[in-house]
Amino acid sequence: MLTVRGVSKRYGSVLANDGIDLTLNAGEVHALLGENGAGKSTLSKIIYGYTRPDAGEILLGGEPARLRSPRDARALGIGMVFQNFMLIPALSVLENVALFLKDLPLVLDQEGIAGRIRAIGGRFGLQVDPHALVRQLSVGDRQKVEILKLLLAEARILIFDEPTKVLAPHEVEGLFQVFAALKAEGYAILFITHKLREVVACADRITVLRQGRVAGGFGPGEAQVGTLVKMMFGESGGEAPAAMAPVGGGTQPILELRGASARGAGSETTLQGLNLTIHEGEVLGLAGVSGSGQKELGDLILGLRPLTGGNRWFRGEDASSWSIARLRERGVAFVPEDALAMAAVPGMSVRENLSLGTGAVYRRGLAVDWRALEAAMGASFEALAFPMPPLDSPIAALSGGNLQRVVIAREMAHGPSLIIALYPTRGLDARSAASVRDLLRRARDGGAGVLFISEDLEELAEMSDRLLVLFQGALVGEFPRGSWRLEDVGRLMTGSEEVAGV
Amino acid sequence: MSETALRPILRHTLVAGAALALFSAILLVAGKNPLQAAADSFRSMASVYGFSELLVRMTPLILTAVAVALPSRLGLINVGGEGQLYMGAWMATAGALWFPPLPRWAMLPLVAAMGFLGGALWAAIPGILRAAKLVNETIATLLLNYVAPLIVSYSIFGPWKALGSSAYPESPAYPDAALLPTFFETRVHGGLILALVALLAYWLLVDKTRWGLQMRAIGGNAEAAQRLGIPVAVFLVAALALGGGMAGLAGMGEAMGVHGRLRQGLSPGFGFTGFLIAWLAGGRPLGILFMAFLFAIITAAGDTLQITQGLPFSVVNILLAMILFIVLARRPGASR
Repeated sequence: MLTVRGVSKRYGSVLANDGIDLTLNAGEVHALLGENGAGKSTLSKIIYGYTRPDAGEILLGGEPARLRSPRDARALGIGMVFQNFMLIPALSVLENVALFLKDLPLVLDQEGIAGRIRAIGGRFGLQVDPHALVRQLSVGDRQKVEILKLLLAEARILIFDEPTKVLAPHEVEGLFQVFAALKAEGYAILFITHKLREVVACADRITVLRQGRVAGGFGPGEAQVGTLVKMMFGESGGEAPAAMAPVGGGTQPILELRGASARGAGSETTLQGLNLTIHEGEVLGLAGVSGSGQKELGDLILGLRPLTGGNRWFRGEDASSWSIARLRERGVAFVPEDALAMAAVPGMSVRENLSLGTGAVYRRGLAVDWRALEAAMGASFEALAFPMPPLDSPIAALSGGNLQRVVIAREMAHGPSLIIALYPTRGLDARSAASVRDLLRRARDGGAGVLFISEDLEELAEMSDRLLVLFQGALVGEFPRGSWRLEDVGRLMTGSEEVAGV
Repeated sequence: MSETALRPILRHTLVAGAALALFSAILLVAGKNPLQAAADSFRSMASVYGFSELLVRMTPLILTAVAVALPSRLGLINVGGEGQLYMGAWMATAGALWFPPLPRWAMLPLVAAMGFLGGALWAAIPGILRAAKLVNETIATLLLNYVAPLIVSYSIFGPWKALGSSAYPESPAYPDAALLPTFFETRVHGGLILALVALLAYWLLVDKTRWGLQMRAIGGNAEAAQRLGIPVAVFLVAALALGGGMAGLAGMGEAMGVHGRLRQGLSPGFGFTGFLIAWLAGGRPLGILFMAFLFAIITAAGDTLQITQGLPFSVVNILLAMILFIVLARRPGASR
């Protein structure tokens, strides 16, 4: 029904899709599996006409399809259910569906459309009250409306971008029943996910992407979780790379969470009863698929998120109610993924940015003692062997790698005892990423505790003295160095196994 | 003067020139002679008295502009200058009427502090609501503009009503000790000095202090500021209160420096004009000074035209709107 042939797409230095082939047949659920950054989203955007490939083509029923925009894709019967639903909350289900109809008449035939919604809904297990307002619906029902919209607009190929991410377990079950009903009527479904268990449960065929390439494909009944994990995360899965220095040795706890919980609002993940200790001189790795609660956990430690249960201890003191300012004063540093968004002020110069977050250290009356600040930051840049960018240049003019260095130099200037690194290498080129990793290791060797949060298993394996696995806001596994196999970690990350580890 | 300092002045002059040209066209259409109008306006301002009146008008405008500019550095939009001005006048009046007779050197700082406090507390309400993530400060400050004049009205119709003048609702005249000194036999009063000091203080605070740096950090990237341990909520409330205090001083100046008593029509929209000034000046202190002077000229000209040409005062609004349009059109997509 739909064939992707040799599709490639490059974003800057990253080859997001590299010669991808894929066939989607009528009456089947085809799962597209891969970790973050494997190229799933890019491919789906190309099929839906959002992005145009650099090379390759999409065939529909054997004919090359002209996909210049999502409008073209819809006209050809391709529909997509996005992670963030494209619904208007203030309107009713019926109105939302009507807006998407191909043949929307000038005068709305409310009852006619409502009838069609009910008929289609009954046929595929998508029962929703057509007159209910979308904002009153649960997330699961909103997803049904999205699917109804596509079906009434006569889509035959349905792309689902991580549809289960927002659903409760019983709703996932319901969605798979909808898949089955659609399949039976000859619809083609492309199901994008990184949750292995679901793939094995509902997919007829599986294509695994890794680093922009097709890493492998499976027909019905061929796939096993073990092989899939290996394919997703690479074959290296086994012992840790030798490049890593031996285990950091500290035993003194710096920070502890005891039964810590935090409620997540909206799309945030709720954290539940976390027990975690970060020691001096160790890199504690935190693995998990995206949205497992990594950012929330980092914020909880940093004092940005109030505890709704449990305690936070810092060097033997109950720090449960400490503010971020107090924790920073005591030597907690933060290295984020997107420095310009999370740790720098774009409109300010490098110099001004270096002064932020230093509390009252460089006080001179009411003003800032710029000379002392520059001296201290200069020393920090030197200790890290970073070149110091011109202090007067606007921070937004720096490249991602240099910007990250400015943030790190600032955070390291006062010898932090605990560093929370939240995807610190994301978006950096390979050399900058390596230098960030090296630096965190050096800080570890100097006695600091490092919480290293990443979704890249190879990076985690290289860095971690100890590894924790986070899944849906709970810690589901803990491995001391050398005792983990990437395959086991992968299983835990994807929820394929309930509890494991130590 | 360096080129960077010169450029905004040049820009402001161009804006004003373009607006005046368009305004002249409108006067022509209305059958009036723009040159005559300009000559009339100029003649009325060229005298010592005329110039002094410009300074009188400028005084509250500088303060209400600072009231907007200061919170705007944190990304806050304070449209409540008008209400804060009224509450400043109200609190200052309360001070002047309630305190026992005091010598001038004690009374003046006292009423000034009361005026500041009135505006500050009034603006702290939206500040707290915003910091608690309950209500957007733009909405809250705007709505409170409708409340403050009612409090003033209640007071001068009720408890503070002057016994002598039953026909006209106003408070009794303030004791002499509470009146701001005036200069050189004109109506220019001590509030002008206060306004200039406030402007200077605003510049020093924002550009020279650690707090100013932290405020600008919040305005530039609130999430990063939060993550760097800057107490964002405290700053939000403090900046709005400080701004409100400035508008409160403007109200105190009008009451104690111009009217000598509390009245309903204390402000012909100084708070709103101040918003426009702060916005046009991009929050720059010198720009505020220049724009406040320009707006004083424009409103004074409006008064003159009313008398000499029989034009309604609202033509001034046309001119102000034109300035706004030209500025808006001149920088599409500019963030500030």
